[in-house]
Amino acid sequence: MLSINNLKKTYSTGDEALKGVSLEISGNEQVAIIGPSGAGKSTLVQCINRLTEPTEGDVYLGDRELTKLNKSELRKARRRIGMIFQEYNLIDRLTVMENTLSGRLGYVSTWDAFRRNFPEEDIKYAYETLDLVGMEEFADDRADELSGGQRQRVGIARALLQRPDILLADEPTSSLDPETSRIVMELLGDIAERENIPILINIHEVHLAEEHVDRIIGLTKGEVVFDGPVEELDEESKDVIYRGEQIPDDAADMAHSQATVGSDVTDDMTERTDA
Amino acid sequence: MATEQNSVSEKQKGTWERPSTFYNKYTKYALYVIIIGFFAWSFIGTGFDVERILQGYGELTPVIGIAWPPNFEDRFLSLYFQGIYESVGMAFLATIGGVLISIPFAFMGARNIAPRPLYYFARGIFVSTRSFHNLIVGIVFVTAVGTGAFAGILTFMFSTLGYWAKLMAEDIEDIAGNKLDSIRAVGASPLQILIYAVVPQVMPRAVGLTIYRWDSNIRGSIIIGIVGAGGIGLTLINSYRRYEYDVTLAILLIIIAIVLVGEVASAYIRGKVQ
Repeated sequence: MLSINNLKKTYSTGDEALKGVSLEISGNEQVAIIGPSGAGKSTLVQCINRLTEPTEGDVYLGDRELTKLNKSELRKARRRIGMIFQEYNLIDRLTVMENTLSGRLGYVSTWDAFRRNFPEEDIKYAYETLDLVGMEEFADDRADELSGGQRQRVGIARALLQRPDILLADEPTSSLDPETSRIVMELLGDIAERENIPILINIHEVHLAEEHVDRIIGLTKGEVVFDGPVEELDEESKDVIYRGEQIPDDAADMAHSQATVGSDVTDDMTERTDA
Repeated sequence: MATEQNSVSEKQKGTWERPSTFYNKYTKYALYVIIIGFFAWSFIGTGFDVERILQGYGELTPVIGIAWPPNFEDRFLSLYFQGIYESVGMAFLATIGGVLISIPFAFMGARNIAPRPLYYFARGIFVSTRSFHNLIVGIVFVTAVGTGAFAGILTFMFSTLGYWAKLMAEDIEDIAGNKLDSIRAVGASPLQILIYAVVPQVMPRAVGLTIYRWDSNIRGSIIIGIVGAGGIGLTLINSYRRYEYDVTLAILLIIIAIVLVGEVASAYIRGKVQ
């Protein structure tokens, strides 16, 4: 399904975010990428749909080589790749419905997009999807009136509207409280199962990953250092992934680990260019 | 350790001088001399004369005598009305037209979304449209299309382009780029990204700027008649040339009233939008 071969990304600042990453995701696997700050998790996810342009290597989705596509081919390919963001990235001044329907933009003309004139079946599906994520009653509310958790549900609905072949989630829970994070992770799992598609989640909360996915990929300094079923992720492999840094397990731990690990300045810098 | 590295000896620590903003003390004093010299030179060159202020005050008193009371006679009223109608209409059309032609330039002038060549092209247009005062642009258009309000409309469309498009472009540069990513990620075209992700983010600002521009075009359109580009300014300058100071005063009062109304309306609408 998704196949990444020897993917490298060097930013113009000289930061080597990815140093040759290879991995394969098939069928309806639910995969989490974990790793310390600055490991290149975000870069990896964004290189798949080329929001970040990889420097070297290739990415295949099905038998289509994403890294070879020209601009218009890439747009066509992106229509089938759902993406969920850390900051939700909804358009604040648009309604929940408009944000949800934006998942169909790849299929309507610019003029129709301007007039918000979407096909009837898209609107039907948008209502169904909003109902699925529990946001139907908010369809006409503006996105900036919603709470973080509600915004992320709309973000998920937008990705679903694409009828995607794969879901990418870039730190989908980082801006949410622990309880909401759990709910969002559950929702993502349910949806992937229901749509029978694979999902690749970049996440820094290890316990959330362990509870909700089948397979873990550990990324450290731009390299895959662990790849296996969640059961195989023991203390030893966590040590390898985090190299002795405190494992960020929840919000409180996260703050703590940042305080203790704060000395690693270069890692912090890389994370900033990642985001 | 600190004392070893510190080049200031214990003895010198009793005195302190604020570090100069300039390169050094001498540069600073040289600059002061230059500024004072320039001031004196301007004073001489422009013939600034205190005596003439007092003299002028004496000349002004009879003018005020002629001007008061302001002339609101019927035969002048229709003239005033015609002038105001032209000025306000000119400002309105110029604002709408100016904003419409500005929109593509605003996108072209935004570094974060425009290709480099288009960006420099638009920035060039902004600089050239903003280099000239309305009155100069007015003279050019009067020469080109003849006297009257049409020349005035073109003048203010031109200045709206330089102003509205430039400020709008800067606002577009400030929008949240991660939101564009999310629309890009669904496979939307560049134009769809503009419509769906950029425009909603800058809409309140666009409305506010348009109202502000309308307000400022009204003030401009009142005066542009001086160079023959239509509006009440022409009536104003004519009355002045004929020494009909009562008419002049009436027009000035009307202008103050219009500007006030425009200001209040613009403040109210902008308050509603933002």
